[in-house]
Amino acid sequence: MSATLTIKAAGPAMTVQDMGRPGFRAQGLTVGGAADQVALHEGAALLQQDAGLAAIEMAGSGGSFVSSADIRIALTGAAMTVNIDGAPLTWNASHLLKAGAVLTIGGATGGTYGYLHVGGGVDVLLVMGSRATQQSAGIGAALKSGDTLPLGKDTQSTTAMTLPNDTRFSGGTVRVVASMQTEDFATETRDRFAATTFKRDARANRQGVRMDHDGAGFSTDSQLSIVSEVIVPGDIQVTGDGAPYVLMCESQTTGGYPRIGTVLPCDLPRVAQAAPGAAFKFEFVDLEQAAALQARHVAALKSLRSAVVPLVRDPATLRDLLSYQLVGGVVSADADPFEEDI
Amino acid sequence: MTDIPRIRTVGLSGLLVTFADHMTEPANRAALAFRAAVEVADWPEVSETSTSLVSTFLQVDLSATPAEEMTERLQDLIASRNWLEAPLPEGRKLWHIPTVYGTDLAPQLEEAATAAGIDPDTAIKELSSARVRVLTIGFAPGQPYLGELPEHWNIPRQQALSKSIPAGALVVAVRQLVIFTNDTPTGWRHVGQTAFRTFRQTSDTPFALSPGDELTFPAITPAALEKIRADDTSGNGGAELEMLS
Repeated sequence: MSATLTIKAAGPAMTVQDMGRPGFRAQGLTVGGAADQVALHEGAALLQQDAGLAAIEMAGSGGSFVSSADIRIALTGAAMTVNIDGAPLTWNASHLLKAGAVLTIGGATGGTYGYLHVGGGVDVLLVMGSRATQQSAGIGAALKSGDTLPLGKDTQSTTAMTLPNDTRFSGGTVRVVASMQTEDFATETRDRFAATTFKRDARANRQGVRMDHDGAGFSTDSQLSIVSEVIVPGDIQVTGDGAPYVLMCESQTTGGYPRIGTVLPCDLPRVAQAAPGAAFKFEFVDLEQAAALQARHVAALKSLRSAVVPLVRDPATLRDLLSYQLVGGVVSADADPFEEDI
Repeated sequence: MTDIPRIRTVGLSGLLVTFADHMTEPANRAALAFRAAVEVADWPEVSETSTSLVSTFLQVDLSATPAEEMTERLQDLIASRNWLEAPLPEGRKLWHIPTVYGTDLAPQLEEAATAAGIDPDTAIKELSSARVRVLTIGFAPGQPYLGELPEHWNIPRQQALSKSIPAGALVVAVRQLVIFTNDTPTGWRHVGQTAFRTFRQTSDTPFALSPGDELTFPAITPAALEKIRADDTSGNGGAELEMLS
């Protein structure tokens, strides 16, 4: 029998996610899937398995978990406090979770969406080709205390691997390409949009992220008479009060508000992951630059596996801490061992 | 705007071909026909197609395929015929979905009739004999926007939202009808109730309707709807189905 993972205590917004359910836009079903798809690639690289396997997405905070067998896990996305039976773990790394041991994942310490990956993936039933929970469409539901999830067969055994930490968790500059209605906005409005510093509003979820700013809104002349058009993830929709919303993976498939631009797919995880209050700027790039940036991102995802290194800084694996420090030569006595790089 | 049909890029996700600046029947027909033609062309760069009210969307990874390359092909396809006069695509279906009008199952029939300037009996007669087309699907999975009704049905949405209208409700506004996928708060008026389910996630055919399908809503009694609910577990709500063309 395959292993199972039981949720002893569920955080408020944990769901099973994978790359989503493409192919049904014409019938009104949006793609969905993980809010931060880079995290799925990172988990797959750490566990040396397919990035299409399902993981547990945890918004804001995690929960506690017990496995029926020894399993491999990986933790990616927004860093959260985490321990197994009280012993702290490194985020952005793979670990062994022994049968019966309690994995406890607490609140996010930077960013919004943390991910718990398991060797072999979470093996809930496929619905229309995907395991992703899509609450807005009534597919699946948030995980709750007492749920037991079946896990897929794990064909690998390596653990204690890690990836360098990424910088996508605290806002920053997001690249935007013109979209179908960008030219409906006056040049002055677009320039002001690009010059404005926004703050991520607390109103944000898997459907969209509202961006706040001081000053006038960003309306078009034709704001109210626009005909409903296709929505793609990353579209920046300006609603009636002039505030921009970045539409995310679980937005509706069509919408009647104008889009001032579209966030590049490679920068969308930065929008998803920012905590409330994080500062953002939007920078317009032309289609050619956008294509080059996106192509570079796709290539970087493909080479993630080669960036995985052994987690030798984990004190548990350091038999002689003193000799290690001598070799390194730069470690101070009060350095946090979890912050070091080799 | 004069450059109609118009081709625009949509982020890095694809291209949109638009046949009008506002909803018209010929532009909707053009979008449906053009989507069918793109499907027939079967270009390997196109991973998915869809239509909104007056546009056809082609999903293309523009980081891998230059937009100009697709634009040239689309210009050729646009020039190949007058899309505003194109026939509707083949393989469409005609559904007859039994519907209870008014009563406590659909309490806004009278209000909608008043807004349309007709009496409730005339409203039932018009709505139950109207043959409408799926103009687009959206808002919720499988949820159809159906039209167009005669001009006097160009009634506005209510300013205050109804708290929750049940799944299977037939609602009306702006010359269009919608069958709700889920229980939904809405400004559209609830004039009929069906047992039709637009989205059946565990079925081999999860979406009952496709853009371009046609529908009628023949009137039945509340007792008949109750019997349909008990007898028809398919999700079709007692509907009859014909193939068109």
